[in-house]
Amino acid sequence: MLMRIIPFVISLVVTLGLVFALNTKIGTIPPLGKFLSPQQGFWQNAEPCDARLDEDLRFPDLKGKVKVYMDERMVPHVFAENDEDVYFVQGYLHAKYRLFQMEFQTHAAAGRLSEILGNNPQIINYDRLQRRMGMVYGAENELKAVAKDALTQKVYDAYTAGVNSYINSLSAGNLPVEYKLLDFRPEPWTNLKIALFFKVMCSDLAGQEYAKDISFSNEKSLFSKEEMDMLYPQVSDSSVSIIPKGTIFESPSVHPEIPANADSFYLQKDSIAEPVKVPKPFEVKGSNNWVVSGAKTKSGAPILCNDPHLRLTLPSIWYEMQLHTPTMNVYGVGFPSVPGIVIGYNDSIAIGLTNAGRDVMDYYQVKFKDASRNEYWYKNQWQAAEHRIEKIKVKGGATIIDTVAYTVFGPVTYDRSFTTADSNTNKALAMRWTAHDPSNEVLTLIKLNRAKNYSEYSQAIKEFACPGQNIIFGSTNGDIAIWQQGKFPARWKNQGLYVMPGEDDTYSWQGFIPQGENPHVLNPPDNFLQSANQRAVDSSYPYFIPGDYYVPRGRSIYRQLSQMQDITPQDMMRLQGNAYSTLAGDAMPLFSKYLKTNELSDNELKYWEEVSKWNFEYTGQERAPTIFQTWMDSLESVIWSDEFTQASKPVTIPSEQILLENLLRDSAFRFVDNINTPEKENLYQDVTLSFKKAVGELVKNEDGVIWWKHRNTFIQHLLRDALPAFGRTGLMCNGWSTTINALTKTHGPSWRMVIHLTKPIEAYGVYPGGQSGNPGSKFYENFIDTWATGKYFTLWMMHENESSDKRIIGQINFTNS
Amino acid sequence: MSMRFLLATLLTAAFAFIAGMFLPWWSIAIVSFLVALFLLPNIGLGFLSGFLGIFILWGFLSLWIDLKNESILSGKIAQIIPLGGSSILLILVTAFVGAIVGGFAAMAGSSLAPVMVRK
Repeated sequence: MLMRIIPFVISLVVTLGLVFALNTKIGTIPPLGKFLSPQQGFWQNAEPCDARLDEDLRFPDLKGKVKVYMDERMVPHVFAENDEDVYFVQGYLHAKYRLFQMEFQTHAAAGRLSEILGNNPQIINYDRLQRRMGMVYGAENELKAVAKDALTQKVYDAYTAGVNSYINSLSAGNLPVEYKLLDFRPEPWTNLKIALFFKVMCSDLAGQEYAKDISFSNEKSLFSKEEMDMLYPQVSDSSVSIIPKGTIFESPSVHPEIPANADSFYLQKDSIAEPVKVPKPFEVKGSNNWVVSGAKTKSGAPILCNDPHLRLTLPSIWYEMQLHTPTMNVYGVGFPSVPGIVIGYNDSIAIGLTNAGRDVMDYYQVKFKDASRNEYWYKNQWQAAEHRIEKIKVKGGATIIDTVAYTVFGPVTYDRSFTTADSNTNKALAMRWTAHDPSNEVLTLIKLNRAKNYSEYSQAIKEFACPGQNIIFGSTNGDIAIWQQGKFPARWKNQGLYVMPGEDDTYSWQGFIPQGENPHVLNPPDNFLQSANQRAVDSSYPYFIPGDYYVPRGRSIYRQLSQMQDITPQDMMRLQGNAYSTLAGDAMPLFSKYLKTNELSDNELKYWEEVSKWNFEYTGQERAPTIFQTWMDSLESVIWSDEFTQASKPVTIPSEQILLENLLRDSAFRFVDNINTPEKENLYQDVTLSFKKAVGELVKNEDGVIWWKHRNTFIQHLLRDALPAFGRTGLMCNGWSTTINALTKTHGPSWRMVIHLTKPIEAYGVYPGGQSGNPGSKFYENFIDTWATGKYFTLWMMHENESSDKRIIGQINFTNS
Repeated sequence: MSMRFLLATLLTAAFAFIAGMFLPWWSIAIVSFLVALFLLPNIGLGFLSGFLGIFILWGFLSLWIDLKNESILSGKIAQIIPLGGSSILLILVTAFVGAIVGGFAAMAGSSLAPVMVRK
């Protein structure tokens, strides 16, 4: 007996210990037993490649029957008997294929990443910033606007019910693999999360990257007003606006009044300004859209194109679908988390989006009575600040409590209590942001997806507030149009360029530009329209637009489209893949003129010869683009770094385009001189020095001079560096941020679409990802190669009587009983 | 190797498979324990039988899944784990992790087997 007890105890203890250890997440290592179990762990996410997709599903929430046909690319074609059900099924399918993405993105918006990613100071700071920006506050206000519209409310409710029906059907084994790696379970979906997703878009496309107030205020301590205007002009020399030249704007109906002391108090150089240190904003995103009328096409029907350049991720930000009900038949891409189709076409019209990039976020400096931040000075008295207590749960750590004070302007994002590695200030800066105001963007999608003509389109977009978009339109009846739509403050000249005083309402926004006065045009004489994140209007527009806009892509598109005739969809595909840089084309003659070749070494001369023969195409396999770009970066650093290193962080380095325009205008541009040397440098010296420095960099890695290697585009999984295995590298594509095919290290054409508005419509599209968010599915990244080689899929607007088509690989039937 | 050992090994694999459809992954420990308790009073053979039973089950299942999946996921997970992207290594690691739990659980079962016999 005793002989047996000892081995029993030992083996029992070992077994229990093993089970415990293998059931526990240790650091970043998932619970290995649970994770490796073929019946519950990640193996369950390894989908059989030949799986059939047929299913019959019953949900009492449904009003009628819904049939979903999955085609060979896993695009669902949803046929619903009524309108609410289509959004239920859309929610269900989004969750079925993209649940982790939906949960991750909305957790990120709400400042809840620490809850799933654990104790990491950088992530905690990120979470705090989201809360201090009032992301949830903004989403709550969005829901207030939604509640006022019965139709939108129904759509929200149906979508949320659909997502939850899927979540409730999940067992431990069929959780998405990311849940297993991070060891957590999905929480119920809510309407708030839909609204939160819109706030993510506001933050990405109309957030801190577009509000330069803080960096400009820092720089104002260094530069005069005249210098600031030179570095950040409102209208650049070479920009081609979205609204064609010569378009007459109506006289403005709102006249914001400039405060009496603005000139002396607000705009002048301020050498004693106390700088504010805040996190560096991310790279600005871009997009292209354009439309040509039948007069320029071979068929006589308009062609509309769009390629939004967003962060390239796996799973992709887009999910492709067709939604069909008795009132709607729409095809395109939308955001998992949002009901409706965002970019696409129906039987009559097509819609494309680019970002307006308008500054709709301002900071006001407020004064608190004391460290409690209970009261702030406003209109000659102490006002009570509301406090929002933010509890940041941290996985495997103690909950962090942050208190955010709310003022009449909005949340106080930066103050002494937000001192971290990234931000540090003694000031209190309150944020005024249109994303905090109640608005209802889904209503625009509901209406646009059903719009049949220009008048229904222009009606549909009226509610769309944030993020402001250039909404381009084409119709099978021949109309083409564009509106820059959003809710934009009516600013007095220079209002909001710098942090504004917030001790009364003198500097407050006085109103908004009336929706009808937003820039727009219908059927222009040129027979085409384009937008590429440039300034929408020239200086004749009657409202002030803060600015610093992106220029080169718009110029290229304009130049190409004005020359093109008898256009076919294939021509448009080639144009979307165009990698010619007008910026490089402008820069190289200047560079050649000022490069002192007699001072170059033999090896440097070799590089010079290579780049001097360049045709300004950012071709993936070429070396010249890398040589030029390294040279350009080096010149920027030579010219700006001496002045800008004096300013506190962050600063906004002027764009390449602005540098170039200043140098073309005046080669003795004052920033050419290096202020740290007694000598006065000229442009010959700067251009030559920067070339030598560039070659010095390039010779370190000769193999990496090939352009695609240098650009190093990486389509990362949402968890980025934590999961490189779920991402994709080695993309040998052409393109750069200054070219129409705007591909950078992290961003690029996230969806390319060409819609030929014949009857019936002929459509093409592709995105760099796949319909399934599951890394274990063959549909996870199956579009990437097609996208990378500049090819497209034919988009199939299916008819219900085509259900036996050989492209259908599965059918899901939804009923309520 | 007796017939009894072979039977115990196969039963461990079969019952663990059935249990895995309804219970968490650690049900392999319960199954290995019980099979050894009733069939294998020899501690050494008990360990080996539990180990092999689960090794065969988890190895076979993951191999089968991997073949159907054309190694899409295992190739990625074998970089995260990290096994140099080798699907076969990942299958072996999977089988071994299950097997070691099954082995020790079965050893505990075998240790108590004579008690069961006396009752």
